[in-house]
Amino acid sequence: MRVVAISVDPAETTRNFTHKKGYSFTFLSDPKAEVIRRYDLIHAKAGPDEQDVARPAEFLLDSTGTVRWVNLTESYWVRATPEQMLQAASAVR
Amino acid sequence: MLWVGFALSLLAFVSYFSFFVQFPWTRNFPWANLLLFALAAGLLAMGMRRAFRLPEQYRGKFVGSILAGLSVLILGLFVFSIFIGGRRMPASAAAPHVGAKAPDFTLTDTDNKTVSLASLLTEPVHGAAPKGVMLVFYRGYW
Repeated sequence: MRVVAISVDPAETTRNFTHKKGYSFTFLSDPKAEVIRRYDLIHAKAGPDEQDVARPAEFLLDSTGTVRWVNLTESYWVRATPEQMLQAASAVR
Repeated sequence: MLWVGFALSLLAFVSYFSFFVQFPWTRNFPWANLLLFALAAGLLAMGMRRAFRLPEQYRGKFVGSILAGLSVLILGLFVFSIFIGGRRMPASAAAPHVGAKAPDFTLTDTDNKTVSLASLLTEPVHGAAPKGVMLVFYRGYW
C-alpha cells in the first residue's frame, strides 16, 4: 500500500515538515488547489489568510485506480484513524 | 484554588490545539481536554464554596466569581470550536465515490519531481507493485 498526502503547501514547506517529523511517504503539492478542486474538496477561504485549502478527506484506490473506500469527515477535528485505514486497506487485494 | 482552577481551564483550552490534537485518540474526541475542564470546574467550585461559606478565612468572592465566569466562557468557546466550528465544511457532493475511477492528476513532490497518479499506482513500493494507494488530502499550513 502506498500512502500519498496532498495539500496546498509548497514543496519547500512540506519538505521542512516531513524532515522534522521523519515522514517517509509521498507528499505532493497542489499550490493552486487544482487537483483539490477536481476532487471537489475545496474548503473556500479556510486558510490562515483566507486561502482555499483542502477539506480533510481520505480515498483508498485499488491498483486499477478505482475508489474502494472514502472518508469525508464531518468535522475537521475528526480524521480517519490509522486503524480505520489499515482495515480498509486489508480489504483491497 | 480559584486561580489554579482558572489556569487549568486555560490549559484545558490551549492544550487541545497545541498538544492533544497530535494524537488520534485525544483528537477525534477531546476527552482529555473535557477532563481537564471538569477538574478546573471542581477546583473553582471548591474555591467558591470556601470563599462564600468562610469569608473571614478565605478571600475570593469577587475574584472567584469573575474567574468562574471566564472559565465558563472558555469552556463555551472550546465546545463551540470543536463541536460546531469544526463542522462548517463543504459538502463535497461531487467527490469521487466508491466504485468510481479516481481522476488522474500530475503534481510535484517535495523534491519538485513530477508525479502522476498513474505512476503512483504502478511504481513498486518496497520492491513490489502497490496493492493500492491511500490518498490523504489535508488542510496544510504547517
